[in-house]
Amino acid sequence: MERKKTPLWAVHKQLGARLIDFGGWDMPVQYTAGTIKEHKTVRESIGLFDVSHMGEVIIRGKDARAQIDRLTTNNVVGAPPGKAVYTLLCHPDGGVIDDCIFYKRSDEEFFVIVNASNTAKDIEWFRANIHDPCDVVDVSDETALIAVQGPKAVGIVDTLAGGTLGNLPPFAFTDATVAGVRCMAARTGYTGEDGFELACPSADAERLWTALLDAAKPVGGLPIGLGARDTLRLEAKLPLYGNDLDDTHTPLEAGLGWAVKLDGRDFIGADALRAQKQAGLTRKLAGFRIAGDQRAIARHGYPVVDRTRGAGELAIIGTVTSGGPGITVGGAIGLAYVPSELAAPGTQLTIDCRGKDIPATVVSGKFYKRS
Amino acid sequence: MSTFPPDLRYSHDHEWVRAEGAAWRVGITQFAVDQLGDVTLVELPKEGDLVTKGQRFGTVESVKSVSDLYAPISGKVVAINGALKDSPELVNDAPYGEGWMIDIEPTEQGELNELLGADDYAKHVAAQ
Repeated sequence: MERKKTPLWAVHKQLGARLIDFGGWDMPVQYTAGTIKEHKTVRESIGLFDVSHMGEVIIRGKDARAQIDRLTTNNVVGAPPGKAVYTLLCHPDGGVIDDCIFYKRSDEEFFVIVNASNTAKDIEWFRANIHDPCDVVDVSDETALIAVQGPKAVGIVDTLAGGTLGNLPPFAFTDATVAGVRCMAARTGYTGEDGFELACPSADAERLWTALLDAAKPVGGLPIGLGARDTLRLEAKLPLYGNDLDDTHTPLEAGLGWAVKLDGRDFIGADALRAQKQAGLTRKLAGFRIAGDQRAIARHGYPVVDRTRGAGELAIIGTVTSGGPGITVGGAIGLAYVPSELAAPGTQLTIDCRGKDIPATVVSGKFYKRS
Repeated sequence: MSTFPPDLRYSHDHEWVRAEGAAWRVGITQFAVDQLGDVTLVELPKEGDLVTKGQRFGTVESVKSVSDLYAPISGKVVAINGALKDSPELVNDAPYGEGWMIDIEPTEQGELNELLGADDYAKHVAAQ
């Protein structure tokens, strides 16, 4: 099957990107600078990401508040207009369908950005669970999404927006004109840095991208591929659906309890999550750091083992969900589901890295926090 | 179509080979490097280890993936590039130079003739 292309595909080609299949999309994994340089550029200056492959949905109608409240673990509908709220969508058993951001325009209109790999599934689920007088409008094809991230991002976007965006608070959004392009600007991101995500009509994407890149270049800004997007988000301990989140783990196990508001609410999965909270968690997603003298990376799917329990499968007590080099924080880092009693900071873990047992230590909090 | 240094011999698994005294120096090609992205770790055998053509002799790990290295010829490892331990990025910077991996003293001279020339390797890559 032919891969899908974002409105910026030709631009990536021109920039010398290496394109790979990402969930059916032909996406840049890196440009000519390479993942390490791109990662550092976002931490030190400014980087541009084409994330137009993500899905965009509008849910609107008179009853939107009540209907959406049944679908989201977080209190999305109670937010003031102009606020963006991170939430999970769950199955009745508490497993995660997707993680996404709801942008509340009004009590009767919400804009939603969902993961590219889950767009079709999410829209089907929204349509199955949203009924008259509300409707679900898929605007993914006509919407481009550009993330501008890094310490220089806010200043540069603000200048291109005539000084209208610099004071926008975190997790707020507004309609704006950036470099002459009408867009929705949100103070959000997936890198651990300050910045914006700009949603604009697909037809205007190239004009916006080019203006942003021209403004970013003088301060060392670069286009950034999915490779660095992954290493950046991992350092900031931001979960990735399909790796750290899936149908078989709950948001509580993933450490996302802050985005699960159970008090007096009744959303799909609430009963299961309430019961799990009461019973206590048997496993948790833990951040780990590979022991200092090892350069090995413990990757998605590698088993966490306790060899005292027996040979082979018997030794497996957990699974690595994400792993990569800590390009800013040093060493190799990762996330793994482990028994709760082994999730405390300082706990020593053993990870089977392709047949070799590698020691790792559980660490608390984000690997990287911007100063 | 990409071009490759004409003075090297190539394996189908994207290693290159070049005479280095009595031994043959082995590294990975620019094509392999492009596929890997930034290299973060190279695991190599020890000096004196025996390697067999087509068998795994080490691994190269990049930001995004981990790949096995396959011996292009059989023989004894007589030198390893120790610089890669602390500077794996040499593989990206100079895959045919400072990013070399091991020197092999061949036990089966005939195997050298089975390797590809630059043009045939380029065709092999183009077909991938």
